[in-house]
Amino acid sequence: MYIALVIHVNLANMIKKEITIKIDNKKYKGFEGESILDIASRNNIFIPSLCHHPDLDIKANCRVCVVEIKGLNKLCTSCSTVACDGMEIYTNSPKVQVSRNTNLKLIFSAHIEKCIDCTSRFDCELLSLARRYSLNIATFKDRKGKRKTYKFSNSVEIDGTQCIDCKNCVDACSNIQKINYLKKDGKGFKQEIKATKDKNIDCIYCGQCTLHCPVASAQEQCDFSEVEKILENRKGKKVIAFFAPSVRVSIGEAFGLPYGYNSSGLITASLKRLGFDEIFDVNFGADITTMVEAEELLERLGDKKAVLPMITSCCPAWVKYVEFYRPDLIPNLTTSRSPQIHLGGIIKTYWANKLNLKGEDIITVSIMPCTAKKHEANRDNLKIDKMKPVDHVLTVRELAFLIKKNGIDFKNLKEEKTNSLANDGSGAAVIYGASGGVMESALRTANSVICFSSKAKICHSRLEFKEVRGMEGVKEASLNLGGKKLNVAVVSGIGNIAGVLDNLDKYQYIEVMACPGGCIGGGGQIIPSSREIVKKRMAGLYVDDKRHKIRKAHENEEVLNVLDYIKNKKMYTKLMHTSYKKSNRGD
Amino acid sequence: MTRNILSEIKKAALVGRGGACFPVHTKWEAVKATKGKIKYLVVNGAEGEPGIYKDGYILENYRKDLILGIKIASDFIKADKIYIYLNLNFFNKYKQSLNREAKKVGLSDKIIFILKPINSGYIAGEETTILNIIEGKEIGPRIRPPFPTCEGLFGKPTLIHNIETLYNVSLVAQERYENKRFYSVNVINKNKGVYFLPSDLSIEEVLVKTNNYPSYDFFVQVGGDADGQVLNMNQLDSCVSGAGSITIHNLRNHNPEKLIKNWLKFFKDNSCGNCTPCREGTYRLYELFEEQGIDMIRDPRVQDLCDNLYLSSFCALGSAVPNAFLSYLKNVYSPCNTCKSCKYD
Repeated sequence: MYIALVIHVNLANMIKKEITIKIDNKKYKGFEGESILDIASRNNIFIPSLCHHPDLDIKANCRVCVVEIKGLNKLCTSCSTVACDGMEIYTNSPKVQVSRNTNLKLIFSAHIEKCIDCTSRFDCELLSLARRYSLNIATFKDRKGKRKTYKFSNSVEIDGTQCIDCKNCVDACSNIQKINYLKKDGKGFKQEIKATKDKNIDCIYCGQCTLHCPVASAQEQCDFSEVEKILENRKGKKVIAFFAPSVRVSIGEAFGLPYGYNSSGLITASLKRLGFDEIFDVNFGADITTMVEAEELLERLGDKKAVLPMITSCCPAWVKYVEFYRPDLIPNLTTSRSPQIHLGGIIKTYWANKLNLKGEDIITVSIMPCTAKKHEANRDNLKIDKMKPVDHVLTVRELAFLIKKNGIDFKNLKEEKTNSLANDGSGAAVIYGASGGVMESALRTANSVICFSSKAKICHSRLEFKEVRGMEGVKEASLNLGGKKLNVAVVSGIGNIAGVLDNLDKYQYIEVMACPGGCIGGGGQIIPSSREIVKKRMAGLYVDDKRHKIRKAHENEEVLNVLDYIKNKKMYTKLMHTSYKKSNRGD
Repeated sequence: MTRNILSEIKKAALVGRGGACFPVHTKWEAVKATKGKIKYLVVNGAEGEPGIYKDGYILENYRKDLILGIKIASDFIKADKIYIYLNLNFFNKYKQSLNREAKKVGLSDKIIFILKPINSGYIAGEETTILNIIEGKEIGPRIRPPFPTCEGLFGKPTLIHNIETLYNVSLVAQERYENKRFYSVNVINKNKGVYFLPSDLSIEEVLVKTNNYPSYDFFVQVGGDADGQVLNMNQLDSCVSGAGSITIHNLRNHNPEKLIKNWLKFFKDNSCGNCTPCREGTYRLYELFEEQGIDMIRDPRVQDLCDNLYLSSFCALGSAVPNAFLSYLKNVYSPCNTCKSCKYD
């Protein structure tokens, strides 16, 4: 069956017959098997669509992308209709206008406008379509005023008053992530998206539902207004912001910059404009994480009693997965804290000390590509002397919103540098944003450390580990670490985890990122996001890696200084490591 | 048994009696022509449209013939399994006796009975929705193409037929088919019955032959009490469409508001919720009726909602939603229906 399918697909690719269709009386070329929407999009012919997402199966339920095909009485949805040679298509005929406009008006009235506080306000697809076709968004009465908002931890929420029933969230949760937490409940006009009643399933806070929602009904639980209040009234405190590796290659998209464009300097400048006192780069935290994790890996590999494989833990959605679904794997998780927690802790101790400040006088705001990082920042066992290393987490979307809301001309800002007391990290830190990056960073360092400690005359320590890069769901490699074979696996997207969990014995080291592509495909990323877009963000990270003079964490001298300081102060375990425990539903 | 059942069916011009009237032999040929070791037969015994009772009538009276029809279809496509999908009433009443009949022809190992989910409504009689239900998926229609004949149940070529269709297959095989069909005739507030008569009769002829032609001014709804066409007394020379029902209403004595409300409420409550035009459109039509009563017909939004239902609904059930409402307004409704100066006088 599987073989037959592969042959079928290959044949289809090989034969790919060219076809000619007419759209609005003009001829266009396409290939057999392409949808009308595919061909139209490629030729810059605008057809609106809401439920269509390139990474999801076609559902054709919003009925906004309808077109008229000559010879057919009823309309067809362009997303689901395969173009045939000679087809004559009209995208704006009277029938199309009635239908498209009516469907849009119906959708507008199923979505209560909460524009003032909506982070999508500046990029709202609904408002843009209403303007484009001059439609009254209040043609019908709002009908979902009494719907509930369902909150999952402090990370994600589904606001029933805004849902347009496209079910992209359900598909992202079930088909991409294979978590099956979100379900449609009820039918017809009463249906709503809810958490499953199954007690054995819990949300892992990955936020893929939010990334695929066309109308911000599924969205992060916003922290931006809290942060705004703090910035308006600091009460004598220093307010610090720092941003994750992946943020730099995606936020530009919200301001018309090319995919993968490195906006580090612009982000720093814009955060300063927003009023943050100091800006740090989470890359520094990532180098710290690499050091801690590489050390633990070597320790485990050298200890016959140690639990293997060691599995990464910097993805909080994956940690939640283990704590809920597979608590038996807790001993496998590296006890290293994550980059944002490392950096927050360092700022509130090391950096505070340098400036004669108390940790309590610092408020840290972390800009993350992630909704689960909000949950992570709230974990009690990460506190350092009752202080949260990270006080607030904003998604990239929330930051982009704040920048737009404050009228900051992001693109034309003068680039600025992050705080120099903790630098902007090595190339190994940048690639944390991509699937395989954490493993590659740890391997770069572990490989060097083991080589030098073995007193070899020449150390051919490897720099690049391309076998763990890329968008594949599971990447496997057999590597040489100090003369020993190291079998590794990299899981990109929690939906691909099953195969690896079934074969744990095969590996010594595993990286898991819950979102496809890693943090550049994270649930807090800029919308739209798709596999194709994630690939471009990924390329941006590897370009940045190459640009760095220092590409290994252990060659970052400031990192070594900080680690020395922490060790001397006997804070190493407290700041660098953490623990996990079995979690219950909703924890 | 006939030698070549397919050509017999083609010659008899059998069409699907679920309502769509699709030629039976075309479906059979399509399933046969699709490559694949595993193929399925699905028997649709949902009978969910108000006003239609003929599948129940066949189950009550002709189970042996039905099973024969199932066997012939199953043999023809070499079905791996046969799914008999029944509504709760049929399931409770006929499952065991159908199984007994199936055993007699050596079919019972192949047959799996599926109960139509409780409260699943109207949509759960739509054929691709039935496939989803059997597979344990969400209750709602599938995108076509692919058509079930190529990629149906569990992705395999699948033949889906209504109960009456398979009964007709057995008649063809036994050389008893006489181009008849079952008519469900309903007289509001009176008797109802199922009649087996030639399928080319006009509506008027059916009413006359069954002694149901009213002595009063009336109008009819044909092809289902939910989405069937509404016709006046001068429009009775066409054949009976859809799943073959005729429901008689008293022109003078009917309540237009109640009638419209019933239709609109039915669709609002039965929409599966999958697509915007049907989920939202049926809700809004009902809402506008609640707000304005019959005056809603002058609201321009109503025409848009109806046009949109027809033009862009995901499945045929959605497209058919405005049928009854619009044809009633066009063919029957007049504000003066209850006064003496009406044009129908």
